[in-house]
This record gives sequence, structure tokens and C-alpha cells, in this order.
Amino acid sequence: MTRKPMIGQSISRLEGPLKVTGEAKYAGEYNAENLVYGYVVNSSITKGSISAIDTDDAKKMNGVIEIFTHENRPPTAWFDIQYADMDAPPGTVFKPLKDNIIKYNGQPIALVVAETFEMARYAAMKIKVAYIDEEFETDFKAKLHNERNPKKGLASMLKPPPPKPKGDFEEAYRNSYVQSSGTFKHGTEHHNPMEMFASTVIYQGKGKLKIYDKTQGTINSQLYVANVFGLKMKNVQVISPFVGGAFGSGLRPQYQLFMAVMASLALKRNVRVTLDRTQMFTFGHRPPTIQYTRFGADQNGKVNALYHKASAETSQFEDYVEMVVNWSNMLYPAENTLMESKLVPLDVYSPLDMRAPGGSTGIHAIEITMDELAFKLNIDPLELRLINYSNVDKSSDKEYSSKELRECYLQGAEKFGWSKRNPKPRSMKRGNKLIGYGMATGIWDANRLLARVEARMTSDGKVELKSAVTDIGTGTFTVLSQIASDELGMNLENVTFSYADSSMPFAPIQGGSFTTATVGAAVKTACQALNKKIFKKAASLKESFLSFAQFEDIIFRNGFLILKSDPESRISVVDIFKQLSIKEIKTTNTAMPNPLTSGKKAKAAHSAVFVEVEVDEELGVIEVTRAVTSVAAGKIINPKTAESQILGGMVWGISKALHEETITDHQFGKYMNPNLAEYHIPVHADIHDLSVIFVEEQDQFVNDLGIKGVGEIGIVGMPPAIANAVFHATGKRINDLPIHFERLL
Amino acid sequence: MNNFSYTKVSTLADAIHEIDGDIRNKIVAGGTNINDLLRYFITKADKLVDINPVSEYNSIVRLENGGIRLGALHTNADTAYDPIVEERYPLLSKAILAGASAQIRNMATNGGNLMQRTRCYYFYDIHTPCNKRDLGSGCSAINGYNRIHAVVGQSENCIAVFPSDMCVALAALQATVNISGPNGERTLPFADFHRLPGDTPNIDNNLIHGEIITSIDLPEKGFEKNYSYLKLRDRSSYAFALVSVATGLDIQNNVVKEARIALGGVAHKPWRVLEAEDFLIGKEPVRENFAKAADLILKGAQGYEHNSFKIELAKRAVIRNCMMALNPEVQRPGAKPSV
Amino acid sequence: MTAKNTQTTTLHINGYTHVLSIEPWISLLDILREHLQLTGTKKGCDHGQCGACTVLVNGKRILSCLALGVMKDGAQITTIEGISNGTELHPVQKAFIEHDAFQCGYCTPGQICSAIGMLNENKAETREEVQELMSGNLCRCGANKGIIDAVMAVKEGGYNE
Repeated sequence: MTRKPMIGQSISRLEGPLKVTGEAKYAGEYNAENLVYGYVVNSSITKGSISAIDTDDAKKMNGVIEIFTHENRPPTAWFDIQYADMDAPPGTVFKPLKDNIIKYNGQPIALVVAETFEMARYAAMKIKVAYIDEEFETDFKAKLHNERNPKKGLASMLKPPPPKPKGDFEEAYRNSYVQSSGTFKHGTEHHNPMEMFASTVIYQGKGKLKIYDKTQGTINSQLYVANVFGLKMKNVQVISPFVGGAFGSGLRPQYQLFMAVMASLALKRNVRVTLDRTQMFTFGHRPPTIQYTRFGADQNGKVNALYHKASAETSQFEDYVEMVVNWSNMLYPAENTLMESKLVPLDVYSPLDMRAPGGSTGIHAIEITMDELAFKLNIDPLELRLINYSNVDKSSDKEYSSKELRECYLQGAEKFGWSKRNPKPRSMKRGNKLIGYGMATGIWDANRLLARVEARMTSDGKVELKSAVTDIGTGTFTVLSQIASDELGMNLENVTFSYADSSMPFAPIQGGSFTTATVGAAVKTACQALNKKIFKKAASLKESFLSFAQFEDIIFRNGFLILKSDPESRISVVDIFKQLSIKEIKTTNTAMPNPLTSGKKAKAAHSAVFVEVEVDEELGVIEVTRAVTSVAAGKIINPKTAESQILGGMVWGISKALHEETITDHQFGKYMNPNLAEYHIPVHADIHDLSVIFVEEQDQFVNDLGIKGVGEIGIVGMPPAIANAVFHATGKRINDLPIHFERLL
Repeated sequence: MNNFSYTKVSTLADAIHEIDGDIRNKIVAGGTNINDLLRYFITKADKLVDINPVSEYNSIVRLENGGIRLGALHTNADTAYDPIVEERYPLLSKAILAGASAQIRNMATNGGNLMQRTRCYYFYDIHTPCNKRDLGSGCSAINGYNRIHAVVGQSENCIAVFPSDMCVALAALQATVNISGPNGERTLPFADFHRLPGDTPNIDNNLIHGEIITSIDLPEKGFEKNYSYLKLRDRSSYAFALVSVATGLDIQNNVVKEARIALGGVAHKPWRVLEAEDFLIGKEPVRENFAKAADLILKGAQGYEHNSFKIELAKRAVIRNCMMALNPEVQRPGAKPSV
Repeated sequence: MTAKNTQTTTLHINGYTHVLSIEPWISLLDILREHLQLTGTKKGCDHGQCGACTVLVNGKRILSCLALGVMKDGAQITTIEGISNGTELHPVQKAFIEHDAFQCGYCTPGQICSAIGMLNENKAETREEVQELMSGNLCRCGANKGIIDAVMAVKEGGYNE
């Protein structure tokens, strides 16, 4: 009767064979009869209007079917609210081809539809656009004086504003034994998933569409399409089983979806629109920010004053906000705090959540400021964290539902060999290279939303689960299958998980590290409900040994209902189906956090990051030679895929610290490196010895499964740990990212 | 891409005939740059002439003068891994392997490597002024984002850099370029092949349109005992150089008998300063002397808002690379710094 | 304009011969993906900057986005669809699954073709050399460690049957 639980097992991701053979199909890869191709034309000015758009030459080209511009766009929804997707910030959603007004460089202004992709792209070049230029402003640093408070909206629910001031920060800071402050500048970043955004729209007649879309939320895309184009929800099916990376870029429907649907409905044809790499820089990005910190501590290292301010870019039409300054008091229990969050609207597209939005920005500043405090106090940086350790989130005065960060520090330090660190900067060498050890803490919210899951058992005893949730490479579908397998007491082979289809039960957009907790809870609930239904059916059988038993007396194992007290008493589910002549048993269930209790504790995943850098000081070359991340994120469903999530986050951290940045030329108000040759993400040669520890963490409160999510916790601590290691190696405190040659020379 | 016609030729004469001296007819060999340029309308072609079948220029042969001849159609990868090149011209091998990626080196040809265009952001963005793409429209980089741009040899019309790694080594090795055209054959010393931008940055080199590179000759001397290639860039591989250096030293009895130092990523062509190389002759191969040579190489260098760091970086890279050349075995893959 | 100017081109792909009438400006990548529905080969940048479109042409790894179809007339081409022997996965494919060498899976076909090409070239000895010679294949998910682990495992003979 004993069964090794699937939860906790390092199984290989279930879709692996499809991905290594090329059989996995992504949004732009579905073939359809008489498919036509759309190519988007983008504005070459930054602000102003289109005075004339001449499509005659392009239209005459053989193979060109139609060209859509603001002048002939078919009618779409009237009200702003109808364009609002589930991740829309406060403001007015951008509407493609709405009018002749240009709001940002690269704004889509036309769609060419042709028989082939090449023809559409060639014809796009033949479109002549005359603009009336207006003065624009894209220079974040030059316009900081325009900063203002962000508007509030629905998005503020998951991204609360900064905590209210506590105590008297200025007084406490002034009187601190030691003070540490810094200014931190981050540039623009773009998600750049390897797969470029694409939508293939299959026209099924009478306002009915089947859409293969690159998205992190099938229902989000469905809702958007139905609202904008006035279609019935049930007539819009959005499918997205394989998503070639997203990292937040798929949290909102992107303009290729609008374009493809518009063309499909107007032409009554199957249409595909795929963006090119340059166009991947024309929607959504991590905003440039500037942050200021001032931390004060007493002579024992106790932090008593925290100030953190962030100003971030947003567009002129939406107030995109991320939680940059909310973290320091969640980590360090100071009594005097002051946090501020401001926005600077510019002539750019709205920023968009990008892996660990806000956290990867704010924690960089916080953990460098802590490192500097440690240095000034002559206290080991790890020791300083332990001195300020708290099981209470002081920003909300709530106890953490669980917090094994101390174990993260200790186990991580042990594995890394932190004790070998000579505290003095520039003291450690290997050959002619300077060696630096740096560490930092990471934290990320453990959120959970509402989701629904259908569970259906068929007469062969197999179970199919259904959820609209996507799997953007996170291993979601594998871990959800593992959860179902345990709950049903069945082998994985007998459990099928169908997902990423908007016609399936509701799941929210996949982001914020909340998907496994959210949908996993619904899987558990639905499986339990299914078991109960099966039990009821079984109990209805005449002369069943089950007729006297309660549900709690039964265990479900490999298709049998077994009496706990007498394992010989059992009945197979196949038998039950046969005896009752039924074909299936089905249930759809909802799971959501308990609104009465879930807010009573603070819930977060934590990490400790230890990094070794090798610095060739003469040349300014930095290599992250080793890094250890230890993570406390509750129950780890699948250590293998979870480790990959953390490793991926660590690589992102290296990239953020040392490589990637989108460059704007303010002469033109446009991004100048919109390609993968000049937007540098790390290559294999940059990634060395990375390791991950999952610290045991029991949490009965956070959710029934005790899970916290691992999508973002891997990145947050990495950039400050690297910067702190560079300081230890060189004695140079470099607060701006990315750290390039010129910073060290 | 615009709609060009395509023809494949199997003799050099046919190739020259098909090109016919017309700027709108383009040669394609490896295709690694021309296809990119055509696809995004940075350049246009009426006709693409595929010269890959011209087999006589797809090999490496020994020359009577002790040197070797690299066929223009031989791939970069086959050249870098050729046993003769590895043994006698390891500097060239290392430089080639520091460029692009394995896939691209498998496609790219030696002739094409010389013909590649700059990676200046503005050159590739058809909506911004660029004198190299559209002479007379202006240079956006001078007052723009110019981190990857030139610090020596540039003009007020263009501050683009030439992106090749292979050519930096070829410059240091004093190769010669063999050319055929409608008017017969000629050779150009490598130093005279590429040109500085001056008033006509749209012209990268001294090839007359209609001419074809057939091969590149290396002289006998390959500096196989003391050589090094160093490449500094924003990630460890698969990125263009901010600064690169090719160094070959001939050292006898601890005295420099001959020195070659060429820089990439800093100018419109591989950058050599003979005065600096001459300075080292007769001197001890020590850091102080290399530092003086570095100063001579960067004499008169001028930076812009975002790339001034390159001047100091280039000096340090020269010094380091000369030091690395003293002990070439320690070189790391991808021409990363060592020593 | 689409009708004229086509060239008859013969491509031998994964053991099958395709005789195609194609325009000269169509990339090998688009021929594979759009004309032959071999969508396993991925488009990540469409101009030689990511490696996702890597295929083997006459045994050598190249970027299919930078190759024109007409230029590969007569060539033997292996794409990700032709890597396994039909019944069993190639050792590199097995190693990728075992080492969780991918997340979203989009760069994976290119990584696998590139790894096989690299192993054929036989120029990488050390892990550092493998990292360098695999650097033409970007991975945005950050599966770099798993990818290099997988390739090293195959190199060291861990997956030879």
C-alpha cells in the first residue's frame, strides 16, 4: 500500500521528447489551409502624427492581399476599458491603428497581408509614410524633475504601494552610529524570449476564431480578442501549448494578436503575424530606474533606519508600477522607515513586468547598501544579515508563514566556503586576477490567486485534468501532473494533463511565481472532489464493502479504492464504471486563498546568494566563476525542474549585472541595439560553476501544498551579490548596471 | 529582401562577366553578411552571383616563397583548423576562432571576411542618417550612442569600425590580397586593402566594383613562437570586439627582432602603427617597452561621449597581449585574457 | 513577381529528396519552416545572431537563416526532425532530457544540432572549449549549465549504447 509520492521527485519534464525532436509546435508554427502572412510596419518617428500614408505601390505588388492602416482599419471596440487586459496598468491601453497619432518609436502603423512572409515584408518597405514630427522626450535622467506619484488601479492589488512611513527616519538616520547610502541607476531591458511573438488565427466562419498565440495567459488573450472585436467569448479559442520563453512579455496581449485577428476577420482568412527581432523591442520592457538608499545602524549592526526611493520610467498613457522599494523592511526589522515610489512619464511604450519586476531592481540597491554597512561596521556581511534577522515582516508587522532564510545563509555559506573570505577588499588573488566574494539576500512574494480545474475519469480508469494555464518552460505541466498523481494515487502514465487552451477551466496569467500554488491548489481540490465522486458511486453499489465506510476510510491506489483497515477489501475503478455502466465521472472545482485568513501572515520565498568573481583589473574583465544560491521556497514539487528555474534566474542575474541593456539614442528617441548581437545576453562561455540548494521548509499556512514558487527568487539576489563581490575584489563600489569595462578602468 | 535574380557560376571569368562592374550585382559566397544586409534593406541587389562552385579558390596551398595561399572561398573554419595554419600561423587561427560563432565560421569565407560591413547601429537602421549607407545623409553616431565606435583614423563623416577579427591577424602578418577583375589581376598589400572613411565612408576598401578577391597570401614568417590574439567585448564569445589585438613577436636572445601589432575594433580598418613596431626592435620584450609601443599606437586617438574608455583599454590590451605573446601556450579559447 | 524568377532546387533533407521551385531570396530556414512544414528548426532572430536555426548541411553545422535555399541545391541537410533514428533518440537528445538542458525548448533544436556538429568537428577537449564552441547558440531561459552538462556527458561517452 505504500507508494512513493511523486511530489518531491526529480522527474524529467514530460514534454521533453517533443522539445528535443522538434515536434513541439509554437504559435507561429501551425499550418493552415491558404494561410496568409502579415508583416507589421512600425513608426520611424517617436512622437507626432502621420500626415499621409501611401500604400499604392505596395498594394500593386503581386501577392499582396491587403494593407491595413489607421485609415481603413475595420471598426473595433469603442471604450478604453474593452482593451484592458488582466495585466493592464492604470491608464489608457494602447490601441493599434486607432488613429494617426504616434506615441512612441516603433509603434505599429500598418499591417501588410500577403501570400508569403517575404512578400509581405518586401511590400512593407514600399509603403511611404509622411509624418509631422513633434518634440519628444525619452531621456529618463534628463526628465527626472517631472517625477510624480503613480496612479492607483487594479494592478495595485498584486503590487501594493510602498508601506507608510514609520517612526522618524531622518532623526534616526542622523543619529545612527553608521550610515550607508547609495544611488543606483539601471537601464532599460527587454525580455527577448528566443521565440518571437506570433499569432496564427484560424478563421472558422461566423465570428468564430481559433488562435494559436504566444502568451502567458490563454484566457487573457481570449478576453482581449472578444472585447476588442466584439466576439462572443465562446467563439474565441486561444491555444498556446508551447511558449518559447516569455519572462513577463506574454502577460499582456501583444499587438501581433490584434493585427492577426483584425486581418483574419476582415479577410475571412487564416492569418499569421510574426514579429521580427527588432519588433520585439517595440512593446514592453523593464523600465530604467534610479534609486536612492540611506540605511543607518547602531554599533552592533542593528539597522534602525531605512530610506529607499525609486523613480521609474513609464509611458504617457499608462502608469506602469512595480514594487521596487517595498522590500527592505520586509527583510530588516528597522523601526524608522521612509519609502517612496515615483514615475517619470516619457514618450515610450508602457513598461511591462519582466522576470522579478521591481524585486530584481530594488533588492540590488538594498543588498549593496547592506554590504556597505557591513564594510563600514567591519562586520562580516553574512553576520550583519543574521544580526538583523527577523521572522516578522516589519513593513506589515506580520509574522512570516515560514522563513528558513537562516538555513539558506548557513547552508549556502558552507557549500560556498564563505569562511575562507578575507574581509579586506583587494586581499584575495588568483594569479594576476583579483578574487572577490560577495553575498546577498533574495526575497519574493508567495502569492496565490484563483483557479479552476476539471478532473475527469473515464471507464478505462484514466484521469484527464484540464486547465487553461500555460507552461512557458517553467515545468508547470509536469509539476501539476505530479500533484495530480499523488492526489489520485495514480501513476503518471494514467494521468493526462491538458492545458493552455482558453476553452478549459480558468487560470490566471502565468507570472509572479504564483502559478504552481494557484493552479496546483485547484488540481488538488479537483482531484479530491473526483475521488469523492468515485467513492460515492462505489458506495452506491449493492453489497459493496464500501457501503459502511466513510470517504476517510479509503485510500486510492493505482485505480483501486482500498479499505484502510482491511487492504484486502478493494474495488477497481474500472469495475465501478462497468457495474454502473457509466462512461465518465467529471468534476470542475475552484480553489482560492481563504480571504479571511490568508492575509494574516506574511508569505515569501527567500534566498541567500554567494558569488565568486575573478576580476582582471588591468583590462576590466569580470567573470562570475562560482555561485551558490540556496533557496527556501516551501515544498519543492520537482527538484530537477525547480533547480533549472533557479539556475535560469541566476543566469539572468549575471546578465543583468554584467551584460544586458537596451540603449536609447535620444536624438531619435529610439532603441539602438534592437537585436541579439548588440543586446548582450550571456553565452555558454560566460556561465561557469553554478549550484543550487533547496533548504527544507515546511509551511502549512501558505497553501495546502506548502509551495511558494520558484520563478523569480533565483534572479533577485544575484546582481547585488555580484556587485558586492566586485567591491570585495577591487574596492570599487559600482552601483550602476550593467557593470562594463569602463566602470572598472 | 528585394526580389533579385540569382545565378551560379563555376569559373572566375563567368563571375566577372556576370558582375559586369555593376554595383547592383553582388557576389555571394558564405552569405553571412550579404544576406543580412539584403534582408533588412540595408543594401539592395538586382542580381546575386553565387561563386561557390569556383573550386580552384577553395583550398590552401603552399607557395614557392615559403608562404601559403588562402583561397578566397575556403571557409573561415577550415582555414583556422588547417594543419599548416595551426602550425605556422597560429595567430591567424586564434583570431579567426575569436570571431562570430562556429556555425558562422563554417559558412563564412576568407574573401567574404574582408568584405564584411561595419556593425555600427546606425548603419543597420535605415531610418537614421548614415554616410556609409547613404552618403551625404550625415553621421548619427558622432553625437549618438558611440560606445562601439572608432577612436583612431575616423573622420567627421564616419566613426564606424571594421568588425573582423581575421583581418586583424592578416594585417599583423602582412598578407597580400590577390584580386581579379575585368582588367586582369592585381595584388594589394593588406594594409592598403581597407581604407579610412575620409569623405567617402560608403567605400570600405580599395576593390573596384567588378573585381573579386581570389586569394590571400601569407608570407613565410608566421610568428608561431611568440604570438597572441586578445579580444575584449561585452560577453565572452559571439560578440564583436570593443578592442582586439593581434601580436606577433620575433624574439632572439631576449631582444625583439621584429614586432607586429594590429588592433581591431578601434578604426575603420585593422590598425597598425609602424612607428610603434619599429620602436620595439632591438629592445627587451618587457612591459615598459610594450607600454611605450602602446602609447605610440594610440597617439592622437580621439574618443567620443561613450567610447573614450577604448583608448586606455586599447593601450592596456596591447601591453597585455604582448605579454601573452611571450607565453602563447596559456591562451584561452575565444581569445580571452590570460597571464 | 512571385511566379517568375523561381529556381528549381533539389534539397536532400533527413533522407528525403525535395525538388522545389523557389525564389532565390527565400532563406533555407523559411523553406524548412514555411514550405516544408519542418518547423522544428527555429527562427529566433532571422539574421545570424542566435543559433536557433542551426542545421547540419553536409555534416557541418550552419545557420539556415543566413543561407539562401537556392545556394544549397544538391546539399544533404539534417534538421532536428532527422536527428533520431526514428525509433530511438540520439544520445544528445537523451542527454538533453536527462540533464534538463532546456526550459521553453525554443533554442533546443539549434542547441542539439550545434552540439552534434561540434562533436563531429572534434575540436573541443575541455569544458571551457565546449562552452566556447557552443557559444553560437543563445539560451534565454538560462539553461546553459544543463546544456553544457549534457554535451559533456555525451562527449565522455555516457550516452553511447
